[in-house]
Amino acid sequence: MDLLYQIFIAPFIDMVSTPDFLLQVLWEGFVTGTLYSLIALGFVLIFKASGVFNFAQGIMVVFSALTLVGLYQAGVPAYLALILTIGVMALLAISVERLVLRHMVNQSELILFMVTIGLSYFLIGLGQFIFGGETKSMITEQLGLPTGSTEFEPFGGILILQHIDIAAVVIAGILVAGLAFFFSKTRIGRALRAVADDHQAALSVGISLNQIWAIVWFAAGIVALATGIMWGARSDVSFALQIVALKALPVLILGGFTSIPGAIVGGLIIGFGEKLFEVYWGGLLGGGVEGWFAYVIALIFLMFRPQGLFGDKIIERV
Amino acid sequence: MLYRESGQFKTNYKQDSAIFPILQDRIAIMFYLAVAFIVIPIFGSNFFIDSMMIPFLIFTLAAIGLNILTGYTGQISLGSGAFMGVGAYSAYKLVTIFPDTNVILLIVLSGFFAAGIGMIFGLPSLRIKGFYLVVTTLAAQFFLEWAFIRIPWLYNYNDSGAIEVPRREVMNVIVTGPEASSVTRYLIVLSIVVVMTWIASNLIHGRIGRSWMMIRDMDIAAELIGVRPLYAKISAFAVSSFYCGVAGAMMVFLWLGAAEVESFDSNQSFLLLFMVIIGGLGSLVGSYLGAAFIWMLPVVLRALPKLFGLDINTATVEHINFMIIGALIVFFLIIEPNGMARMWSMLKQKLRVWPFPY
Amino acid sequence: MSFDQTTTTADGRTIGGPVMEVKNITLRFGGVTAIKDISFDILEGEIRAIIGPNGAGKTSMLNVINGFYHAQEGQITFRGETRSRMRPYHAAVSGISRTFQNVALFSGMSTLDNIMAGRALKMNKGFIWQMLRYGPAMNEEIKHRRAVEEIIDFLELEHIRHTPVGQLPYGLQKRVELGRALAAEPSLLLLDEPMAGMNVEEKEDMSRYILDVNDQFGTTITLIEHDMGVVMDIADRVVVLDYGKKIADGTPSEVQRNQAVIDAYLGVPS
Repeated sequence: MDLLYQIFIAPFIDMVSTPDFLLQVLWEGFVTGTLYSLIALGFVLIFKASGVFNFAQGIMVVFSALTLVGLYQAGVPAYLALILTIGVMALLAISVERLVLRHMVNQSELILFMVTIGLSYFLIGLGQFIFGGETKSMITEQLGLPTGSTEFEPFGGILILQHIDIAAVVIAGILVAGLAFFFSKTRIGRALRAVADDHQAALSVGISLNQIWAIVWFAAGIVALATGIMWGARSDVSFALQIVALKALPVLILGGFTSIPGAIVGGLIIGFGEKLFEVYWGGLLGGGVEGWFAYVIALIFLMFRPQGLFGDKIIERV
Repeated sequence: MLYRESGQFKTNYKQDSAIFPILQDRIAIMFYLAVAFIVIPIFGSNFFIDSMMIPFLIFTLAAIGLNILTGYTGQISLGSGAFMGVGAYSAYKLVTIFPDTNVILLIVLSGFFAAGIGMIFGLPSLRIKGFYLVVTTLAAQFFLEWAFIRIPWLYNYNDSGAIEVPRREVMNVIVTGPEASSVTRYLIVLSIVVVMTWIASNLIHGRIGRSWMMIRDMDIAAELIGVRPLYAKISAFAVSSFYCGVAGAMMVFLWLGAAEVESFDSNQSFLLLFMVIIGGLGSLVGSYLGAAFIWMLPVVLRALPKLFGLDINTATVEHINFMIIGALIVFFLIIEPNGMARMWSMLKQKLRVWPFPY
Repeated sequence: MSFDQTTTTADGRTIGGPVMEVKNITLRFGGVTAIKDISFDILEGEIRAIIGPNGAGKTSMLNVINGFYHAQEGQITFRGETRSRMRPYHAAVSGISRTFQNVALFSGMSTLDNIMAGRALKMNKGFIWQMLRYGPAMNEEIKHRRAVEEIIDFLELEHIRHTPVGQLPYGLQKRVELGRALAAEPSLLLLDEPMAGMNVEEKEDMSRYILDVNDQFGTTITLIEHDMGVVMDIADRVVVLDYGKKIADGTPSEVQRNQAVIDAYLGVPS
């Protein structure tokens, strides 16, 4: 009975009795969830256009952040470093398309997936080879991003919002809106959606698949850079971040591989769920449950709905 | 000229179903075994045995395990490192609980615990396929890593959180612990790996291995023919985890002597996957080649600059190693998805018809 | 024409009573009705063809027969056993085997292994023996290898015995797939467009194999085929489907004269 009480009653009493703390936890969950969504968004962009499940998306986050900080440390002014990093991501997208994707036409999805695991190892090696393996801190102030925090006093308690977190949420929102605009209103965006729907048909109306692939990888690179800056500002820039970036996988499971709203909703569910579980139930298990909670949720979810939250029911054919 | 099968007629199906139908192959195997069991223990330096041969064999065994699951049954796993951990921690507990039992036996028995855990995490594979399954194996990886830290019973409530191998003797020979000689440990590892390779080969060539490959190539057709996906998939998970588990137990007991969670983290799982891809998906020979390659590459990379009189620090070597492995994975998947094993068999085919091109 | 009791065809084959009765089968995917209230029977030892224009529901019908799809309404009686739902595994156990419209071979395995795979249900020696590849496991392996070699002889596949089937040309793949289905020694063999994409010679070969299987092993065969010439030549009786409904059933010559069939194939002028 005591255990049942611990599981089903006590956490909720905690929540109600210190609502300011609950708000703080929810805010933390919201911010991490937003960042998960951004990483997942990068996956979705690439998967929709090329059918590649890009394991390297998480590494691209770290790689872009590392490039930015590395360039700054080498004496390049912050904003110029930012522009150069965008250039590096473009270069990366073009090289990936030229050297890898072009040669992988008609391969099975799982082979493509493993190629991106290889790619991520290469990027880890390359990033550390050029910029060194030690942990770096993000050049938050130099980029003009806000630091510091604001305190509120709801319910007579304390709620602290870091300005960088607010900026992260706002920038994520702008990024998503920008992508939505890009997809629905521009010529390239329409071509992209055509490719996502049907490769053959898109080819037959004269859309260049190679060009589209390079563009989505570049777009995913920009998303990665934005994520990298935000995340780097919250913690530090190092390849330890890749473990966090892997969390985008359960997010995708919840949201489905092809749905942008799915990626956002999935990211927020995981973000909220993980923080709440860690804070209110984690203690029962000895803590540190954030490492696996997202995966186990995804696993349980899959048992009941193998196609994801927004995916279509799978009808197998022979 | 030497490698020909002409004149070797098979007069019954038993001969044709043999695993090495060609005489020269059987001679070659005997030769490798003789080198491994006799020449290396006599002439190999302790350094060579300890930091080359033993880890190579242990990773080979784990790679065979992963290959059974990924290469033969087509279920990608990113959790094999954690299953090595299950083997290691169960061996540690078994040795603690039964201090007087033969430690080699306990190492092999620990594989069953890994197999059990593997079967549980294999259950989702009945409903989930492809990338989705990758996520469930990651769930296993991170959940087990957490368990290795948060369940202190597993490491006997040590302050360090590490497991340390006690000294154990089998028939008055010190087998584990710091005093055990390299040659002893090497011979035990070698024997276990050879026997388990032989068993894996038998399973793969028979009814069970065929059911695995049927699931891999076309699971729907396999079911319509009468293979139960439940048996095929769960047995693949069990056997695979058994192999990884024994490899993990050997890694701690017969090689490192002590271990922490980091030995079984997701990087270990990735390295095993790379061994399998570079060596060759669905090939036992490939598991040996892949393990040798991934393990030896950094050693060679460290030695090379010294030959040319260059001084490169170890961190840089490490980074270059990452780049080479990553680039090679991409290269192999593009040029030769069947890995080094396929190159090996093409070489043999060339030898067979040499000096003619076909 | 009545087939209630054993009859003998013009070429001397014996055709018995019904082995399978399909009754009022209806299959829906969401709002789409793929098959609507279809009934027909299959007699022991006959070659039964299912024909119809694209999208008529032929493959769906086969998928219902061997349990891959579950019909919402109706039932199927096979060898006296009536069922409305079953798993593909149980269809295989009860002696139904099949080939597929788009070849569904195990592409990474050799011809020999693919046909051995067809005998999966007949092999059962335990794990321990399999580990050792010795004793009962080895005897079983060799016994079945012998049976498989007979099929390889029968279908003239000797030269590609050890070739991975993924590397074979399409016509040969179809033949290997037939071999795999035969390896199960089925009492009802379902062939889904066995001659699709073949040239005239390959079609003649395949027709010959189908007739030989029926003649030598007495296997009951149900096949889907588009080539009307082939159907008229080899089928004993024909079911015609159109838009998921049965529009005709009878001997090839009867079906050929049927006005509804002619309309379905040529289109009705409106």
